[in-house]
Amino acid sequence: MKKLITVSAFLLGFVGLAHAETKVPVNLPDAPEGHYVHKAPTMEDLEADESIHPELKRVIRRGYDLFTNTQQLRGKNVFNDMNCSSCHMGEGRMPFSGPVWPAVTTLPDYRGKNDHVNNIEERIAGCFSFSMNGTPPEYGSDDMVALVTYHHWLATGAKIYDYDIAGRGYGSLPEPEKEPSYERGEKLYAENCAICHGEDGQGRKVDGKVQFPPLWGDNSFNWGAGLVRLNTAAGFIKHNMPLGQPGSLSDQEAWDLAMFMNSHERPQDPRFEKSAKHTREKYLNVHKHTMYGKTVNGKVLGEHSNTGEKPFLKPDVLKPRTFE
Amino acid sequence: MNVRKRSRWGLVMGALLCLSPAVAFSADVEKGKEVAQTCVTCHGMDGAGQAQGKFPRLDILPKEYIVKQLKDFKEGSRKSPVMAPFVNMLDDEMMENVAAYYSSQTAEVEAPEDADEALIKRGEQLALRGDWDKYVPSCRSCHGAENQGVGTTFPALAGQHASYIVGELQAWQKGDRANDPQNLMLAVAERLSDEDIQAVAAYLAAQPAH
Repeated sequence: MKKLITVSAFLLGFVGLAHAETKVPVNLPDAPEGHYVHKAPTMEDLEADESIHPELKRVIRRGYDLFTNTQQLRGKNVFNDMNCSSCHMGEGRMPFSGPVWPAVTTLPDYRGKNDHVNNIEERIAGCFSFSMNGTPPEYGSDDMVALVTYHHWLATGAKIYDYDIAGRGYGSLPEPEKEPSYERGEKLYAENCAICHGEDGQGRKVDGKVQFPPLWGDNSFNWGAGLVRLNTAAGFIKHNMPLGQPGSLSDQEAWDLAMFMNSHERPQDPRFEKSAKHTREKYLNVHKHTMYGKTVNGKVLGEHSNTGEKPFLKPDVLKPRTFE
Repeated sequence: MNVRKRSRWGLVMGALLCLSPAVAFSADVEKGKEVAQTCVTCHGMDGAGQAQGKFPRLDILPKEYIVKQLKDFKEGSRKSPVMAPFVNMLDDEMMENVAAYYSSQTAEVEAPEDADEALIKRGEQLALRGDWDKYVPSCRSCHGAENQGVGTTFPALAGQHASYIVGELQAWQKGDRANDPQNLMLAVAERLSDEDIQAVAAYLAAQPAH
């Protein structure tokens, strides 16, 4: 367990915040030696910055709006209940909350997930294809440019192609001491998560608007999303949940919750071919960390043709590149 | 103002007329109206509360939430010297009834006077976007897109009296209120400065109730 003092020092470096003694600490890991901390600008900074052209401000605002209310693209690009900000907490700025600006400073680069060099647009397209169970706004379209612009602006002042980024992704946890357990996860879920995400994991809507995102099922991310990996989910849970209480769960609890969440059904992996087991083997670089194609409670997860609300399996943009 | 609440009241009246088993339920509201005589001085018969006295609006709160607060006052996880003598007069049934009564009301509440523009702007930031550099998520992330309340757990904040919101956030900071599930509100409240509290309360009070 990290000590409160070191955590405060870390946050101080990150965000200029010194915590007084609090009953609910923000308990996040220290920045590792040699890793750099980037303080991404806020929307308040944007409005105050007179050096930014008004038209650029307008496009950044649109990107922010799309990022935090991606449901406005429902039925066009988004076919589930997710917003970008459902997983990239804190407006895509925060360490250990899947900050999105590193995608700008580390791409274009080779990505193992699709085995070719990706730029920022293609990276965002991946989120739409998997996490939003949809299809991306067209490359170069107003919506895509607005999203890219928001990402770029968040990276203002960050180092290009420096990979030693403190708090990138969700942070990785040590391997669990005990094999992650569905049963323990189920109990922990009821105690810690159900209040917002519902006893059935289906989240909650208010007046037709998504309030809390579903964690599995037709309206959640599909089997190809990054959060399907147990290690990624455990890191997310440990460092972000319950909301406002990062680090309040133990590593083991985070692993158990990840196992429970990701042992439920969700829409098919868009790269599905033949069977879940076959697809798992073909994309084992990702699926070796997932429950996809494995048997849970007597059923093989992902062995179905359900694409959720989405009327197709694979978006056209998911294709190999050869640069030949 | 409140179509949802009116229709619920209509449902109760309809049930009263048509169904004998529903009489017990509809009687709750009638009995609750009698119990409300205990509350009227501060909360009004329509549940409008009073901005000056930090007395909350009750009409915008769901029955289950009000019942829980009354029980928590009695058990001490919510401390209030003002409420203590009144909740001691109420048994469980009276709590259920009075909560049913107030949640069925639609109060007329005057909009607050215009607050300082910078204060409102900061309040809007906290309510709608949060201040993640202080690890403060937005109010709306739990209390609803328009802070109209979510289910019976996350109360409506839009249209609530600023003085009451200020008082409650301070109560969390001081430890006088500890009845939030999983310390969800405590975590946020203790990260707010005095000015943040004033700002977010001013903004929320100025929003239309649902």
